[in-house]
Amino acid sequence: MTFPRWPLAGVAALLLAMQAQAADGQKIYTQGGANPAAMACGTCHGADGRGMAAGGFPRLAGLAAGYSAKQLEDFRSGSRANPIMQPIAAALSDEEIQAVTAALAAMPAPPMAGVGRGEKAEGAGEVLALRGAWERNIPECVACHGPGGVGVGESFPPLAGQSAQYLRAQLEAWRQGTRKNDPNDLMGHIARSMTDVEVQAASDYFAGLELKEASQ
Amino acid sequence: MKAVISALLAMTVGGSLQAAEISMDDQSQLTQKASKTAGEPYFQPPQERDLPANAYGELVEQGRAIFVDTQKYAAEYVGNGMNCTNCHTEQGRKANSAPLWGAYPMYPAYRKKNDKVNSYAERMQGCFQFSMNGTPPAADSHVINALTAYSYWLSTGAPTGQELPGRAYPEVPQPKDGFDIAKGRQIYAEQCAVCHGDNGQGQKAGDVYVFPPLWGRDSFNWGAGMHRINTAAAFIKESMPLGKGGTLSGDEAWHVAAYMNSHERPQDPRLVEGSVEKTRLRYHANDGVNLYGQKVDGVVLGQGIE
Repeated sequence: MTFPRWPLAGVAALLLAMQAQAADGQKIYTQGGANPAAMACGTCHGADGRGMAAGGFPRLAGLAAGYSAKQLEDFRSGSRANPIMQPIAAALSDEEIQAVTAALAAMPAPPMAGVGRGEKAEGAGEVLALRGAWERNIPECVACHGPGGVGVGESFPPLAGQSAQYLRAQLEAWRQGTRKNDPNDLMGHIARSMTDVEVQAASDYFAGLELKEASQ
Repeated sequence: MKAVISALLAMTVGGSLQAAEISMDDQSQLTQKASKTAGEPYFQPPQERDLPANAYGELVEQGRAIFVDTQKYAAEYVGNGMNCTNCHTEQGRKANSAPLWGAYPMYPAYRKKNDKVNSYAERMQGCFQFSMNGTPPAADSHVINALTAYSYWLSTGAPTGQELPGRAYPEVPQPKDGFDIAKGRQIYAEQCAVCHGDNGQGQKAGDVYVFPPLWGRDSFNWGAGMHRINTAAAFIKESMPLGKGGTLSGDEAWHVAAYMNSHERPQDPRLVEGSVEKTRLRYHANDGVNLYGQKVDGVVLGQGIE
């Protein structure tokens, strides 16, 4: 008769663990980690995780957990240099990173327009996004980041729903070498081939996709 | 009597498989004779912004949309997760990536091998049947009309019946000691899996493929030109990883192409009498380097996948 009790106990333990982890992640987001240096994410990234454009703080809501976890590890190692995030990432434990990134992935992403490659392209940003600049080996942005830049898997983050300030800052960081945490320099070589006008235009384009949707 | 029965059988089978009728049965590779001197520019297709704002411009735009997002704009004819532009990069414009301006002016094309003349529509129907593992649109369908208009427009000013430099994927010589699937597996893990997935399954955003599946159910079938290791190696060397073409060595391109094409994929729609061996002899034995009907790791490839 002891047979059925074990699986039940196992399931109960698992449920408890999952609940505890989810609660932890949410708590880290709103109140910070166990180490006081791991400040609450929501202070800068917004209560809903949608970021704060003026400060250049990106949206985190809806980002794949694997992507966010890698960024935190890269802040620690310095392959993604950032004076604000480096000490915070260093103060988070591995378990806390796992919990908070899972919580982020579960937060709802903003509604986004999935503009695909078939659409007509108007303006420098949209031309780069949907047609690329192949004479400089720059593929269409959406060829990797998905229609409308919604993001693909754990390695190609969403561009839509990010502010132009944040997107431009990342492209600049790749150009200057302060961000070099992309697989096989896939993004770095593109950023270094982009013109200043393209950096601004592409940032404005993807930031604008969300606004378009929100105003409808 | 036996011959009569066979003929009758063939007719019956042919009749019941009307949908799978083969539009362009010769899918073997083209010769590449065209060359150019260094510094001489490739043919330059016209710019999209110069398209006229009339019915012609609209049809060309529709053809372009089908070409880059075949999943969406020609869904009923596509049987896998591919788009035309997956193999013909830069919307079919890029030299050395099988650009449409290199293909369109070469049709109607005579193939000595089977003493047939194929139209451009038939060539595209072949793409749908093999590379897209789908159903070919009718020659007078909107999809074929729009793709033809797009190809014609990209070829504006190109000479007809003349091989243009850059029309194919530049050939890459086979490694001195042959290809090595194990090395290919390693290269795949390091260079390709980030986009195409650990098991060649591709990657989606929502339910839309962004990175095409390289083998398995949703990839090109055993009749597609890309199933040839030499063709895949040439494509990979030129265009992969996307935006970083030319960074793999020729040998690496061969190894990883062999790894990709040593996996099972949908059956060749030209399957002869249900026999992989007969199909191999008829269509694959003299078609570049390929593993159809060959034993890899103790398993004969070319069984197909449902």
